Amino acid sequence: MDAQRLIYMANQIAAFFTAYPEQEAVAATENHLRQFWDPRMRAQLAACLGEGGGAGKDEGGGAGKELSAIAHAAVLRLAADKAAGAPAPGA
Amino acid sequence: MAALLDCDMGTPARPGTAGVTLEIDGMAVTVPQGTSLMRAAALAGVKVPKLCATDSLEAFGSCRLCLVEIEGRRGTPASCTTPAEPGMKVSTQTDKLAKLRRGVMELYISDHPLDCLTCAANGDCELQDMAGAVGLRDVRYGYAGENHLGQAKDESNPYFTFDPSKCILCSRCVRACEETQGTFALTIDGRGFGSKIAAGMNENFLSSECVSCGACVQACPTATLIEKNVVEMGQPEREVLTTCAYCGVGCTFVAELQGDRVVRMTPHKDGKANRGHSCVKGRFAWGYATHKDRVTKPMIRASIADPWREVSWEEAIGHAASEFRRIQGKYGRGAVGGITSSRCTNEETYLVQKLVRAAFGNNNTDTCARVCHSPTGYGLKTAFGTSAGTQDFDSVMQADLVLVIGANPTDAHPVFASRMKRRLREGARLIVADPRRIDLVRMPHVEAAHHLQLLPGTNVALIDAMAHVIATESLIDEDFVAERCETADFQSWRAFVSKPENSPEAMERITGVPAAEVRAAARLYATAGNAAIYYGLGVTEHSQGTTMVMGMANLAMATGNLGRPGVGVNPLRGQNNVQGACDMGSFPHEFTGYRHVSDGPVRAMFEAAWGVALDAEPGLRIPNMFDAALDGSFKGLYVQGEDIAQSDPNIKHVSAALAAMECVVVQDLFLNETAAYAHVFLPGASFLEKDGTFTNAERRISRVRRAVKPLSGLADWEATMALSNALGYPMHYNHPSEIMDEIARLTPGFAGVSYDLLDRAGSVQWPCNDKAPEGTPVMHIGGFARGKGRFMITQYVPTDERTGPRFPLLLTTGRILSQYNVGAQSRRTDNVVWHEEDVLEIHPHDAENRGIRDGDRVALVSRVGDTTLPARITDRVQPGVVYTTFHHPETGANVITTEYSDWATNCPEYKVTAVEVRATNRLSNWQAENSEFRRRAARIAPAAE
Ligand code: SF4
Ligand code: SF4
Ligand code: SF4
Ligand code: FES
Repeated sequence: MDAQRLIYMANQIAAFFTAYPEQEAVAATENHLRQFWDPRMRAQLAACLGEGGGAGKDEGGGAGKELSAIAHAAVLRLAADKAAGAPAPGA
Repeated sequence: MAALLDCDMGTPARPGTAGVTLEIDGMAVTVPQGTSLMRAAALAGVKVPKLCATDSLEAFGSCRLCLVEIEGRRGTPASCTTPAEPGMKVSTQTDKLAKLRRGVMELYISDHPLDCLTCAANGDCELQDMAGAVGLRDVRYGYAGENHLGQAKDESNPYFTFDPSKCILCSRCVRACEETQGTFALTIDGRGFGSKIAAGMNENFLSSECVSCGACVQACPTATLIEKNVVEMGQPEREVLTTCAYCGVGCTFVAELQGDRVVRMTPHKDGKANRGHSCVKGRFAWGYATHKDRVTKPMIRASIADPWREVSWEEAIGHAASEFRRIQGKYGRGAVGGITSSRCTNEETYLVQKLVRAAFGNNNTDTCARVCHSPTGYGLKTAFGTSAGTQDFDSVMQADLVLVIGANPTDAHPVFASRMKRRLREGARLIVADPRRIDLVRMPHVEAAHHLQLLPGTNVALIDAMAHVIATESLIDEDFVAERCETADFQSWRAFVSKPENSPEAMERITGVPAAEVRAAARLYATAGNAAIYYGLGVTEHSQGTTMVMGMANLAMATGNLGRPGVGVNPLRGQNNVQGACDMGSFPHEFTGYRHVSDGPVRAMFEAAWGVALDAEPGLRIPNMFDAALDGSFKGLYVQGEDIAQSDPNIKHVSAALAAMECVVVQDLFLNETAAYAHVFLPGASFLEKDGTFTNAERRISRVRRAVKPLSGLADWEATMALSNALGYPMHYNHPSEIMDEIARLTPGFAGVSYDLLDRAGSVQWPCNDKAPEGTPVMHIGGFARGKGRFMITQYVPTDERTGPRFPLLLTTGRILSQYNVGAQSRRTDNVVWHEEDVLEIHPHDAENRGIRDGDRVALVSRVGDTTLPARITDRVQPGVVYTTFHHPETGANVITTEYSDWATNCPEYKVTAVEVRATNRLSNWQAENSEFRRRAARIAPAAE
């Protein structure tokens, strides 16, 4: 899928949670991606990390061609998971 | 006139328990305080003759036919206007009364045509019945004197006739238009003998304020106001109780038929959503069900460039199944999916998601609620623990303040709007938050205390500003919050909204709403008593739709406006079964009852019941399906009843995605826009042709009952079942009731629901289970579904869709009364007399700057597409904002809308698009090409001999 669009959508999610303390925001963004994104979308988003998609800019809204700081941290956590993110049980 | 199922008690019921005991014709009866003698008599089984009274209206006491005698009292009072008192002894039949009544009837009949035998109301006329009831045998006054006979009929309304010669001036129609509908279109014009019923300022019905709801026709006791269908076809001879297939109000109707032909649909008095009322769509606009455009034979074609070929059901189903399996073999299990519509029944949507999960073996199932109320589901579940509105419709009658946000109930939810208007006339206050001056802002006997005319896309800024006022002016219901809500979340919310940047003064720049107005509105909301929020797609269809839903939930929790009648947070759902489609597990991430697919025990239960392993990962949502199709990983789609190629945003993107698929199966009544891209067409059944249930905006489950047999031979659930069987996953149900039984077994909130219960109770609101065997009208009484209510921080994040030099105006979209959604149904009825085409509303300033005159054709251009339509110059919209509807495929308003969507649910941002408007005199390229493409795509090859 279009990487730019996936990055945009991930940034939008992160933007909602920026009002929360950082750790909470990262966890909530990661959890949202696991709960609502089809695995192929998560995998492609995680793949963006390797292609410079994850500079971790601190963008306000969903705008920007790169992952925002919170989105970046959330996607890193997704990628760390071998299965590209099995959803949290009972979420 | 009413259907036979509805028996008339003469005057409305009074609330409360029976407390007054009296005697009617020697029979004791006990009734609630304030009940009329007429109703008390009816409850005792005694019919008092009447003409001007009917139980949908307050008594008026004008015809003097219902006189009675009361022991120990002088005179003969009218029983419709005299309240029952303890110990009264009432006689309804005495010689004196009989004589008086005959006298009254004689006068009526002397000025009434005596053409009963050929009158359309013959057999269904209260005047005729009363002449019989009082034993009228001869009329002493002839027609020689002045009379009202032979006046011209008003045939202007497409659905009903007004024949003034037959009018008895009972004023039931006038009162129905005021009390039931709240439109005030009718008056009694003139005085004494010269008085007559008039629509508007002596206009005809069509050009008057009349909205064709049918309430006056329903109330008229004679043939004066009568359905044209009854005039043409005669009286119906059988009745089937069912539910309207249009909007989320979910009105109960009586389908009245002759054989297998529907004569008329009349609203059912005991329908708990509509209480005997209707709107023009449900009451009159059902002719699409037998429209000549209906396709009733299955069809297939190898490529969308080919004409369609009619085939048998077996061949069509077999072809679809083998294509889906071929695609899965080639591109993987996740390369196919299914989409249902909120126009489908619960049982149908349940079966489709079951087919996707069990037969396709993935979770690529979605429903059109994705593009309307998915943020409601997410937001309310987060705050309260259930994805549903908190109240029943009746609750509005106990509200002291109504806050309407991003909804236009008089157009989109007319029958509920009539209840709301009634409550507003009784004195409840009103706040409207809407970029456009909707009718509710000011109409006869209704005026909003505040119209917060915000700029499209700034809802969250507005709600945060209101919350700021409530938090900083000590308007929080501290007890409620302490007892009912999570403390830590509340504290962070309070700190957040109290920040100066959330004050109305700071937000004024963003919303365009004066700070003082916001402050006043917030104070009114917090202090008016019972405050109820009603909202629509003007809330959800934004980049921040979900945030706004949470923002409203915060406001209601902070002020303690939850958990009792008269308050709450209430989504007005667009289509009839939006709530139901969501409940039925249609979303890719959850099973029925909103349980996530990753929930092990729940999934294990479904696996055991369905006998197959299920995927624990969420599937693709509708917009993701399109993206994946363009990417090559999604190739096959089963679409039941939804027209994604017209209703979804950025049509060019959707069309490209559909064109990239190898097998698109469309199941619908008509060859809709999506069918242009389909390879298999399965003919659908209209709501008159099948059994099932719809769940309306107040969680009310109502029965849809088959009135005629399916034109194509199969009801939709039967076709889905056949497809599943052909895919190798066996499904077998004898009747939709068995599907509901399965849903009840697998869904805690539905555990008590069955067709038996629905037949007995009429309808029921979920949760319905051991704890609430009769259902749950008001939710969260004493505690939230999730335990404690959860405040969320709702930071305002502006949408990236912004105006600029190229696209300086904001387009927002909506709907109107006479048309429905993509218009596939309502455009195929006489409702087109009210709305032939979509028009663009534009403010006089913006029009003048561009040299546009009223009625000019204009080009509407956004960064993704362009179309043309006529302009209507109006100050309903503010400068800088233009507005249109999306009912007509020729206009294709969604060629303009972009792919921006809600952060949480991908619900498209239909309500905000940056555009430019300019005068033009020709169709856009897209319109010209698309009309040719549609013509070619709908060709059907002549049947082979
Ligand atoms: S149809 Fe409805 S709006 Fe029109 S006059 Fe009758 S009651 Fe009033
Ligand atoms: S039109 Fe019908 S309801 Fe109205 S006053 Fe005449 S008879 Fe009564
Ligand atoms: S369209 Fe809605 S309000 Fe109108 S009759 Fe049908 S359910 Fe009722
Ligand atoms: S019915 Fe009571 S006065 Fe007409």
